[in-house]
Amino acid sequence: MTPLIATTAGGPLLVLAILLPAAGVLLSLALGGRAAEKVALGLTPLGFALAWLIAMQVAAAGAPLVYAIGGLPPPLGIALRADGISAVMLLVTAIIVAAAGFYARAKFATPDGTAESRSALTFWIMLQAIWAALNLIFVGGDLFNLYVALELLTFAAVPLVCIDGRPETLAAALRYLLFALFGSICYLLGVALLYGAYGTLDISLLSQRVQPEAIVWTAAALMTAGLLAKTALFPLHLWLPPAHANAPAAASAVLSGLVVKGSFFLALRLWFYVLPALPSAAPGAVLGALGSAAAVVGSVLALRQARLKLLVAYSTVAQIGYLFLVFPLGLGAHAWSALGWGGGLMQILAHAFAKAAMFFSAGLLAEALGHDQIAGLRGAARALPLTFLTLGLGGLSLMGLPPSGGFEAKWLMLRTSAASGQWIWSLPILAGGLLAAGYVYRILAPALAEGEIELRARPQRARELIALALAMTALVLGFAPQGFFDFIEIGRPLAAMSAP
Amino acid sequence: MTPPVLAGLAGAALVGFGLYGLILHPHPLRKLLAFNLIGSGVFLVFGIVARRGAAAGLPFDPVPQAMVITGIVVAFAASALAVALILRLAAVSGKVTLDPEAWAKTPSTRPDGGGGQ
Repeated sequence: MTPLIATTAGGPLLVLAILLPAAGVLLSLALGGRAAEKVALGLTPLGFALAWLIAMQVAAAGAPLVYAIGGLPPPLGIALRADGISAVMLLVTAIIVAAAGFYARAKFATPDGTAESRSALTFWIMLQAIWAALNLIFVGGDLFNLYVALELLTFAAVPLVCIDGRPETLAAALRYLLFALFGSICYLLGVALLYGAYGTLDISLLSQRVQPEAIVWTAAALMTAGLLAKTALFPLHLWLPPAHANAPAAASAVLSGLVVKGSFFLALRLWFYVLPALPSAAPGAVLGALGSAAAVVGSVLALRQARLKLLVAYSTVAQIGYLFLVFPLGLGAHAWSALGWGGGLMQILAHAFAKAAMFFSAGLLAEALGHDQIAGLRGAARALPLTFLTLGLGGLSLMGLPPSGGFEAKWLMLRTSAASGQWIWSLPILAGGLLAAGYVYRILAPALAEGEIELRARPQRARELIALALAMTALVLGFAPQGFFDFIEIGRPLAAMSAP
Repeated sequence: MTPPVLAGLAGAALVGFGLYGLILHPHPLRKLLAFNLIGSGVFLVFGIVARRGAAAGLPFDPVPQAMVITGIVVAFAASALAVALILRLAAVSGKVTLDPEAWAKTPSTRPDGGGGQ
């Protein structure tokens, strides 16, 4: 395979995908709080159109789009690349950022006649900064460039956690930042070792040069450990629940649905795109074991939470665990790898939509009731039917019941574990699904029971519909056609060999 | 012992001390200093990596040096953000601790579980 280092048709679109939200950040900062909201919301349709255009180009070409920055091809220059999974993630990010933006208007809008607030300005700027950093992560083709993108993502995400300035949110943000800094410095050390060994950090060039030798294993271990800390995989998950549960609902949805996927995406890039030459059984087993532990421990902790937002946050810890099963089930050039790869990708998408919908609903619920204690939900479903419909549908996808994206993901993973003879991975998948059913039941059962409940305020119908639309998307993913699975194979090394 | 090996060992020692501090010291400011120590160790490793250009007849390889400069900028920004958070935490609450138990006694009663004005 020739390395992908020359600019292809459609390559400049990738630059636009990064520059558009970055320009929005600068414009928002220059124009101030009142305009920041309009800039951010105005950019969302443009960003979606751009992501759609990139996806169409990738599908039409059947090969990754490449752009060599400044006309300098790697190893001297830096390349941007969009393959199948990049295009899918760009689209998902555009949709969820847009949903979060419109959902957050109720809280962070600055209508005429009210004073501009610092928290509103911070929210709109950081939302666009997260979008820009994620787009850079999805199309970056150079490991050091990706390190910078990863740091930008952290710096944009941390202020969202402590946007209201209460001491416990500041402490949660600080913990998040320290975990993230530990992760990024480990990643950077790995990058230094890889550069020292092979003299390039371009993903496409590296994948052809790496050999299974000690320095590569060391670098891979360091980079993976760093990315695990940023992705909050058990046992490095301690920072996630307080950070995600204390942020405003719109921010929680972006943090849980997208931001943790950014560092997970880099882990995929590392193992599937940079290191396909390495034997995959041992690292796959380690990552799969950690993921299985996360799926079980996260679900059990979710069962024990008294607050709804904390329950949803611990459920994120569990669902992140499933993501890591893609390593034992998808790595390597086996006949079943494509199946496991499809399951892993489907899990990213299903969790992103379902979790964003659930955080939106939890936020609406907390505003309507004035608290988010699960014990105080008795009778709430009669008062807020749409919100609980969304929670239920999102929960359906988390449990993995058909028809839903979560079911599709788990079904593909179960089929892979059977086809590959690694039946051991089907145990955590099934156990996690049962436990998820338990914690979703804990929310729905009291809410559906008879009871009188007093609403402080009725949530806006439009915001309920945004959350419902995301939950429906998570369901519709279960009907993804074969074309989708062919599309995410575009640009994956070894994909041709493992095609069924 | 050649200078590159010595520098590599020094880098490894810095990373080790930093990791020890980051994990064991409870105070966030000490953790932040420990992070900067790890950073110095990593940048030292980058410095040795730059010597690989010598094999090609160049005095050094400029690419790792460019990466170190970028890395220093990023680490500086990260430290500034962390110090700002620590100062704000001290100003708002009068104590600086990351222990979740210390904050559990004042549960949130705000709607949304979050805030904003």
